[in-house]
Amino acid sequence: MKPRSGSIWLRLATIGILAFLYIPLLIIVLYAFDTDRSQSWPIQGLTTDWFAAALANQSVGDALVLSIQVACAATAIALLLGTLASFAVQRYSFFGRGTVSFLLVLPIALPGIVTGMALNATINATGIGFTTFTIILGHATFCIVVVFNNVIARLRRTSRSIEEASMDLGADTLQTFRYVTFPVIRTALIAGGLLAFALSFDEVIVTTFTAGTQETLPLWIFDHIRRANQLPIVNVVAVFLILLSTIPVYLAQRLSSDTSGLAGR
Amino acid sequence: MTTGTSSLPPEGVRRRFLAALYRRTPAQLLILLAPPIGWFGAVYLGSLAILLLSAFWYLNPITSAVVHDFSLSNFQQLVSDPVNRTIVLRTVVIAATVTIADMALAFPIAYFMARVASPRFRSILFMAVLLPLWSNYLVRVFAWRIILAQGGPLDGLLGVVGLKGPGFSDVSTWLVFTYLWLPYMILPVYAGFERIPGSLFEASADLGGRAATTFRRVVLPLVLPAVAAGSIFTFSLTLGDYITPELVAKNQFLGTVIYENQGVANNVPFAATFAIVPIGIMAIYLLLARRLGAFNAL
Repeated sequence: MKPRSGSIWLRLATIGILAFLYIPLLIIVLYAFDTDRSQSWPIQGLTTDWFAAALANQSVGDALVLSIQVACAATAIALLLGTLASFAVQRYSFFGRGTVSFLLVLPIALPGIVTGMALNATINATGIGFTTFTIILGHATFCIVVVFNNVIARLRRTSRSIEEASMDLGADTLQTFRYVTFPVIRTALIAGGLLAFALSFDEVIVTTFTAGTQETLPLWIFDHIRRANQLPIVNVVAVFLILLSTIPVYLAQRLSSDTSGLAGR
Repeated sequence: MTTGTSSLPPEGVRRRFLAALYRRTPAQLLILLAPPIGWFGAVYLGSLAILLLSAFWYLNPITSAVVHDFSLSNFQQLVSDPVNRTIVLRTVVIAATVTIADMALAFPIAYFMARVASPRFRSILFMAVLLPLWSNYLVRVFAWRIILAQGGPLDGLLGVVGLKGPGFSDVSTWLVFTYLWLPYMILPVYAGFERIPGSLFEASADLGGRAATTFRRVVLPLVLPAVAAGSIFTFSLTLGDYITPELVAKNQFLGTVIYENQGVANNVPFAATFAIVPIGIMAIYLLLARRLGAFNAL
């Protein structure tokens, strides 16, 4: 049953909001082909030269590699720690259970600059130095919660009786985990891992404070956006990243029962 | 917890070991909980503790080295300098107005998605809202930098009717933040609308409620927790951001002060002191949001 409010105004507002969301992205794509370096209006002419220039740019490649390394490591840590925490909170009752979920969500509920500044103060105070490891440390900390949220949501929806049935049918604990529990949480793990990877790959606020002189891809963009003659190359990288973002959205749709979990960042 | 293992025949050590794994013992809980809590305790809470501690340190005025000694000078500087008060106020006002704007924009599209669109169209819209969220944050700021730049597309279009865009200003900062965090508001509000049973709309209509009355008296109270949940993101993300102000604003914001003190000025203790301000503001905000039930709607 639909309420009657599918009025013309509601439709127009929806279209307007979608336009607001997408016009800036279209403008980026348009300007990637602009012949003029200064990116003013109107566009001077169309060219694909910048794509070749971006491909040949060594520093973009290095930044991309570092971003992928960091995102892989942070995702792996988040998958492990987030899953452990979700099983602990969902399957056991213990003192301070509510605090665990609250604690895990803090790094994304508090502004990223707080996490960044806290890690920065610690790295400075302990003198451990700014390395790839410190970037991973920061990223994993705010990625744990997305894995935790996805897995615990799945565990809540899954009745424990299917595991008991498996045991009753003679499977031991490992077999039950492998053939029953793991398949149940698998898509939640994929969704959480995907989100963790994207969060890490995208992150810039915390990263600035933990990277020292290293450049992840977002830091490379932040650095080069402020150099006028580099703008066309930044623009090509931007188009590449917009295209890249369709992959997780597509996968999210494939895991459609999980889309709400994927959105929950 | 019943385990059902007592009825099993004894099949050796392996089976008994695995059966023991199935029982929920404190030892297992410890194994599950120790790694994540240990990580959080050491990396996150430990860092926050050092942040609080270093907020009381200060720079040696001559050598600019950090003096690891207790002093309230940073806090005095923070409170007494009127510039800092202006910056904090400006940031909070922008964060609040961004949150309100995102609420206003999220309501119609979220309502349309949840209650009007066909299931197929709904999933398309859902993807359309997700895509900007997944696409790189800096890319989206960059887009607005092009749009808002002097002589850029917005100036060009508005120039046709003799107007001018906001350029790089507080207004542009508000606009860009509203754009950036909009999906974070749409998704929880959409989920909030979807959770309302259709029968409630019918009941309200049967009892003589018009659309506006139904919305105000039935729908709004039910989606309020979802709105509060979304507002945590829009408010918190604005509060600590320094990238967007660096790129599309002229004035200083909370985040830019921390960023510049940590980087350019190399005054880590003062940056740490300033970083305590958003913690305090968010603590108040989260308490309010919790009273509205935001944590159940996350």
